[in-house]
This record gives sequence, C-alpha cells and structure tokens, in this order.
Amino acid sequence: MTAEAQVASSRRELAVGALGIGFSAAGFGFVYGLAARDAGFSPIEAAAMSTLVFGGASQFAAVGYVASGLAWPGILLLTALLNARHLLYSAALAPWLAGIPRVRRALMAHLLTDEAFALSIAHFGRLGRTDERGYWIAAIASTFIPWNVATLLGATVGGQIPDPTRFGLDVVFPAAMVGLAVGLVTGRRELVAAISGAILGVGTGLAVGTGIGVIVGGLVGPLIGLAVPRRADEAATALGTPASAERYSMPGAHVADRPGALLDQADRDQAGLP
Amino acid sequence: MSIELVSLAVLMFLVTYPSRALPILAPGLERLPPIAFEYLRLVGPAVLAALAATAVMVVSSEGGPQFHVGIEWLAVAVSAGLTAWRRNLFVGMLAAVALVALARLFGLVGYP
Repeated sequence: MTAEAQVASSRRELAVGALGIGFSAAGFGFVYGLAARDAGFSPIEAAAMSTLVFGGASQFAAVGYVASGLAWPGILLLTALLNARHLLYSAALAPWLAGIPRVRRALMAHLLTDEAFALSIAHFGRLGRTDERGYWIAAIASTFIPWNVATLLGATVGGQIPDPTRFGLDVVFPAAMVGLAVGLVTGRRELVAAISGAILGVGTGLAVGTGIGVIVGGLVGPLIGLAVPRRADEAATALGTPASAERYSMPGAHVADRPGALLDQADRDQAGLP
Repeated sequence: MSIELVSLAVLMFLVTYPSRALPILAPGLERLPPIAFEYLRLVGPAVLAALAATAVMVVSSEGGPQFHVGIEWLAVAVSAGLTAWRRNLFVGMLAAVALVALARLFGLVGYP
C-alpha cells in the first residue's frame, strides 16, 4: 500500500469514528443547552461556555455551580481541577505535534478533548507519523461543530418547552452528572472518592449550603480515595496513552463500547488489554 | 439578553487552556509528582458525584437547606445502573427522564 493510500485509509477510519462521536456529542450538547437554559443561562452565555471552555463535564458542572450559587473563585478552582486531565493527553500528543508551527499548535490545544485525543492518537499510531489534517478532522468534525451547534439549539429550543418538570427534564442534570461519574469509576479508589464526595457534599450542603458542599466533596473525596490501597490486579492504565483516553472519556461518546476498540495491537499490548 | 456569565466562560477558559496547551507548547513543563496526577484523576468522580447527590438530596427552603427524598433518587440510581451496564450515558439519561415523566403523568409523585 502506498503512503497516500495508507493515509486515505486511516482517514476513512478516522472519519467513521468521528461521525459516531459527532452524533453523540450533538445529543449531549443539546441536553447541555437545555440544562444551561434551565439554570438561567442565556443562549449567548451557554454558547460562550461551549466555545471557550469546550469541556463537557466541566460545563455541566458549571451549570450546577451557578444554579447552587457557588462563588466564581470556587467554580474556577473546580473547573481547573476537573479539566486537569487534559494535561495527560497534551503530554502524550506533544511529540507528535512538535513539527507543527507554534500558532497552529496553540489552536490545536484549545480543541483537545477526550474524543479528539482518542481519535487522533490512534490515527497517528496507525500511520506511524503525524497527520495534521487528521487531527483537525478528529477535533472539529467529531466534537467542536456538533457540540456547539447543539448547545445553541438546546439553549434556544429549550425555551419553547412550557414546563420542563412535567417532562422530567429537571433530572437531566443529576442523571448526567451521575452517568459521567460512573464512566470515571474504574477501580476502588475512584469508587471511594465518588462515594465520599457524594456523602461529604450532601452533609456539608445541608450544614452550610450546596455550593460549599460540592467544593468540600470534590476536594476531600479524592484524598479519601487516595487512602485506599490499589489492588495488585488493578494496575493503572498508563496515563496519556490511548487506553487512558478510552478509560477516562465520557461514556456514550466512545467510538465503540468495548475497551481497546480504538487501539491497534501495539497499543493494546502496551495497555495490557486483550 | 444576559451576558454576565460570558465573563465566567472566559475565566473558565483561562484556567482550562494551560492544561491543554502547556505540554504541547512547552514540552517538559507539565511534569507533576505521580501522587498529584492520581489526586487529579480522582477529582472527576468526586466532584460529579457530589453534584449529583446534592442536586437530588438537598433542596433550598426558607429555613435553609433541607434533606429531600423523592423519585429523583430512583431516577438517578437507574441512570447510574444503566450507564454502567450499557456504557452509554444517553440510555441512562433517557431512562431517568422517562421514569420521572411517567411517574408524574400518572400522578404517582408530585412536582419538585
């Protein structure tokens, strides 16, 4: 197979993955728009979040923070912590992107998501070299466009729904939050951190308010999780690898619903997947 | 139309972008102790679980925050279970919404 044919073949595979993720991102973005509107965000505010922050879990969380009246410094602290996982993806991509001009790398960094990372690093791995256009396809087509368009639709069309509680839409936010949390629980430590965070959040929330409760749960819960010894058969997935992207990205936004679907055999061997 | 939260979005961008850009633009600067990475990894489940739990268990009232028990608990539990089983967030969310909507439609539970 010629180099051009190999690139074309890998891009086709990338596009198919991007299409599946795009549908999921659109649906999830629409629900985010609805939730943001329900929390009092205007369409411009909801859209600004999706364009500038461009991080699903942190945006959903921000809706909850704003609704609970949490002060902005607290929101920013939790946002920074929640989005710190991008550091891992960025570090893993850095060697692949080193030859690209700095300005374009700066823009590529803003579009880096769980999904863009998973798609693009698998694509680079298949090719054995960087394909900048492949990265743009992974980042823009799979997530940025569908997420932002759907957010705007949800934030505007949502206003036509007369009584959201009648349709159960008031549980969209907690259902989304718990679903995202479930997707991140891959071992005992994560489970203990989640349960501790929930208990501390509710306890502190009842005592002094939900905004503070979320901060206490979010910051102290992980400390309790860290105290749990890791089982021998629970080896951590190497951070910054395609396997870690699959492991930590949002459920429902995966290219496929089985671990290792994005990976070639070398990646699977490295990550210890069958 | 309100634009006050656009400022918040800008600030959230400013605290998010370094995580995305630092290793790509300045390789090597991102090194943190493993325990810090492990802590950051656990923040996600803890924050999201705290948000979900406070959203369904704590309600505001004139006398301050109150403990709340309702159909929302069941809906969130169903969402968690289905998401874990099917590995699909949408399925869980749809089931939660449908459960609450049907329960209210048939008058089995009240409105929040």
